[in-house]
Amino acid sequence: MTAPVAYVTKLFKLLRAEVFVLPSRTVALLICLLLLIFPVISQEPYILRVLIIASIFAIFAASWDLLSGFTGQINFGHALFFGVAAYTAAILNLNLGLAPWATIPLGAVAAVLAGLVVGVPCLRLRGTYLAFATLAFPLILVGVVYAIPSVTHGELGIYGIAPLSGSRITSYYIAIPSMLALGFIMWKISDSKTGLIFHAIREDEITAKASGINTTRYKLLAFCLSGLFAGIAGGLYAHFVKAAGPSTLDLLLSFQAIIWAVFGGIATIYGPIAGALILYPLTDYVLIKYFAVPSEARLLITAIIVLLVLLFMPRGLTTWLRDKTEKVCPRCKLQNVAWRKKCRVCTAELD
Amino acid sequence: MAENIIIYGLVSSGVYALLAVGFSLIFGVARIVNLSHTAFYMLAAYLIYSLTITLGLNLFLSIAIAIVAVIVVGTISYRLVIARVRQHEATTLIVTIALAIIIQEAILKGFGGNPRSVPKLISGSTEIFGVSVLNQQLLTLGVVLLLILVTWLFLMKTKSGVAIRSTAQDREAANLMGINVPRIEMLTMAMSVGLAAIAGALVAPLFVLTPGMWIHPLVMVLAIVVLGGLGSLQGSLIGAVILGFAETLVVFLAPSGAFLKTSVALTIMLIVILIRPEGLFGVKFEEERG
Repeated sequence: MTAPVAYVTKLFKLLRAEVFVLPSRTVALLICLLLLIFPVISQEPYILRVLIIASIFAIFAASWDLLSGFTGQINFGHALFFGVAAYTAAILNLNLGLAPWATIPLGAVAAVLAGLVVGVPCLRLRGTYLAFATLAFPLILVGVVYAIPSVTHGELGIYGIAPLSGSRITSYYIAIPSMLALGFIMWKISDSKTGLIFHAIREDEITAKASGINTTRYKLLAFCLSGLFAGIAGGLYAHFVKAAGPSTLDLLLSFQAIIWAVFGGIATIYGPIAGALILYPLTDYVLIKYFAVPSEARLLITAIIVLLVLLFMPRGLTTWLRDKTEKVCPRCKLQNVAWRKKCRVCTAELD
Repeated sequence: MAENIIIYGLVSSGVYALLAVGFSLIFGVARIVNLSHTAFYMLAAYLIYSLTITLGLNLFLSIAIAIVAVIVVGTISYRLVIARVRQHEATTLIVTIALAIIIQEAILKGFGGNPRSVPKLISGSTEIFGVSVLNQQLLTLGVVLLLILVTWLFLMKTKSGVAIRSTAQDREAANLMGINVPRIEMLTMAMSVGLAAIAGALVAPLFVLTPGMWIHPLVMVLAIVVLGGLGSLQGSLIGAVILGFAETLVVFLAPSGAFLKTSVALTIMLIVILIRPEGLFGVKFEEERG
């Protein structure tokens, strides 16, 4: 009887020490819980659909952040990973009859390989050159997709593949926990030594090299990791909408990832997740349902909202909120609530 | 066949060159990646359409009004929006994409998604070496050549041109020499948008107008400026010719594979920058001082 009690006490201590000390983390935890119990509040299929797709895109946007926000390798063709995984999953499912639990990881592996294909030649490029070169890959692949309609079904795309699961609720409980878990993993990666090296590469690659870091290897690692997570998102998406078409490689999808990430705040991981979870339902549900916006005008209004938010919070929404409510301890670099006088860990004076 | 390839190749290279030179100018001077550049080109084409067809104005007058209006919209959006976030590179990207989407959606709302077309400025065709060429195409080529010459002379010979080039080379030194850098940036933005608007006026009679017509040229312009080397004007010109002809060759030699034209052009761009990472005529930008 005492073992479970001990675990519960430990969990509670952990929560109090790591989560409740910061309002931002408390809010994040509450949002996670809310998302997990959401079907209790409403089971309307359309709302669940919007939330599922939003959470898939949240994984996608966060994976862009891992590569471009942290490592500074601005990728304009992030849809490549999404599309490669979606097509791989769809083709494997349709031709070999593999189930989603097998095709999604295999699609992610294909996306990792795509990450290598992009990463290796692009190692020599930097900055704007890199951004514009990565833009080319998904668009070239679209040409290939059109060129071999026997495999890819050309313009129409592959449809009629197996659904993610039998019911909407089950799909919801696949997509949302996946998003939360993968987001947490990415956040942990960005917080680890590897994440620190990614950061160092963004800030100053030559200095990082001079400190004995094999930057080539870490840049490739960033491409592969980002490909992996974007690939999982692509596979989930293909199976959820039961189709994989050229729109998964579209230029606008690549741009969307950047819009969500920058709107939320780059180099944070939770920022892009928040960006996708706010903007996608806003565009596809809230504006239409609650503000009676005709569906032709919703993109216009979303673009204006993004523009206005970024004008006043140029570093993104969550970054702005974080800077308003928290400050960093000058000695141990931990986040503290803005109204504290002393650091919660090392008791150094906060300025 | 070969004559057609040359004519169509020259026309599309010319239009791409105008767009790429404008894009390259504002990138070189203000380090702004203006992803809404081709949206201004589309805006000009649609303004001409609405002024001539809907309001029934004279075509020349409406072209002039459209170009001025687009320059005004471009500089205002630079002043009010882009200039305020330009220290944040990623934010600038999104703000310009948002501008482009706003223009696209406004056009979609105003004109609907149906393809539109604008009457030609001059009708008829001329025989050159036994090939009949539309006069509109000749006009387009002439205007493109003239404009590029004027831009080049402006940049090389006038005082403002020298100021633009020195700001592009080194902002801080230019500022210390008494050049009003923000004003030069506004001027460059006006020039850049103006070139895009003229390109829009030139293609409006040749192509059909759709609210999605900015995306393909945007991709091509990004490929061209990288191929030619960022910030280099002759690089943009040569890049435009290479990719313009590459696209035309694919369309004419393999009509059934016309959908591959973007892929082929982008593959050429990738091969070139993998061999020469700074493009054909890349200038090494001085790192910004901390």
